[in-house]
Amino acid sequence: MIMRFLHKFSSPPYFYSISGRLLPWLTVLFLALLAYGLYGGLVTAPADYQQGDSFRIIYVHVPAAWMSMFIYVVMAVSGAIGLIWRIKLAEIVSISSAPIGASFTLLALITGSLWGKPMWGTWWVWDARLTSELILLFLYLGVIGLYSAIEDNRTASRAVAILALVGVVNIPIIHYSVEWWSSLHQGPTVTKFAKPSIHIDMLIPLLVMAGAFKVYYAIALLLRCRNELVQREQGSRWLDEILENK
Amino acid sequence: MINLLKMKPQRRNRLSLILLMVAGVSVAAWFGLRSFNENLMFFFSTSDVVEGKAPKDHLFRLGGMVVKGSVQRPGEGLTVKFMLTDMAKEVPVEYTGILPDLFREGQGIIANGKLAENGVFVAQEVLAKHDENYMPPEVAGSMKTAAGQSNGKGESGK
Repeated sequence: MIMRFLHKFSSPPYFYSISGRLLPWLTVLFLALLAYGLYGGLVTAPADYQQGDSFRIIYVHVPAAWMSMFIYVVMAVSGAIGLIWRIKLAEIVSISSAPIGASFTLLALITGSLWGKPMWGTWWVWDARLTSELILLFLYLGVIGLYSAIEDNRTASRAVAILALVGVVNIPIIHYSVEWWSSLHQGPTVTKFAKPSIHIDMLIPLLVMAGAFKVYYAIALLLRCRNELVQREQGSRWLDEILENK
Repeated sequence: MINLLKMKPQRRNRLSLILLMVAGVSVAAWFGLRSFNENLMFFFSTSDVVEGKAPKDHLFRLGGMVVKGSVQRPGEGLTVKFMLTDMAKEVPVEYTGILPDLFREGQGIIANGKLAENGVFVAQEVLAKHDENYMPPEVAGSMKTAAGQSNGKGESGK
């Protein structure tokens, strides 16, 4: 049942038409979540007892850092699906995720650095969390570089999938770096089994912002996939039919 | 979801190859990180210093909590003296320079410097370590008074 749905979804013409219909709805959802999350985070959430208003960068930094890891997993898993079943769409999802993930990683590093200067007293330290996140950025850049270095799309996708799968070992290292080793970066606030150590009025906008970032990823991914699909399928019949109808 | 037995042998082989590769890389990473464990530690604790585990002749980072009521400013300059603790052992620290915003008594900090002959840690750089707790000032204030009251009761009980 699930497999049959995936099979149908992964056929290029079906994907192209359903993603076109999904995009406006996703955009509305994204704007609504973003507006609510930003208003909640910047206006209604109380200031922190120690950091004052500086803590509000959490509403960009933490969702961006979560997305940087989430997108990497999506990229590696879809890369593996492409390797095993040779599904064209999985290869496209994998490579289309890379630039989006790299952007979120860079955003997390920059916002963290901006917060670190006044709070810690330094822009950057080579502690385990910061270093492993920087390695994640290099992995993304490596994936993008390797893909564009190989001429044939399908060969490139296979090479990139293997690189992405090797790099997946970095994901648990990033997450647990603050627990396994002593680091300057603080431990997890929300993603631990005990009660999150953040006040509920601050937590809700944070989760809404995380939702907004997820939806943004979906929008950016669909747009990039459609683009890549059209490029790869030039001259195929279903594409010509769509173009004629327009 | 995926029936392994129904899969085509070619695809099953590719799947097991991928799983094998990920497992191999994980094991390699695990051994690698284990052997570098010491170097990945960002700082030494005050107990490490008291027990003599910290390096004596070169710079290292020392992490701990600033002991309440221990911060002194001798003289007019920027020199600060305070005690650091990990709730077991205490180490005296001396620092000349500008402290980060979050530096205060009871706060976790990380100092980079050298251990002097007399057992004082002379810091060249002090970083504040933020904890993972976020709350509005009113909540922090009421928590503090609640803690104060229970302490007061405990003392009067004696």
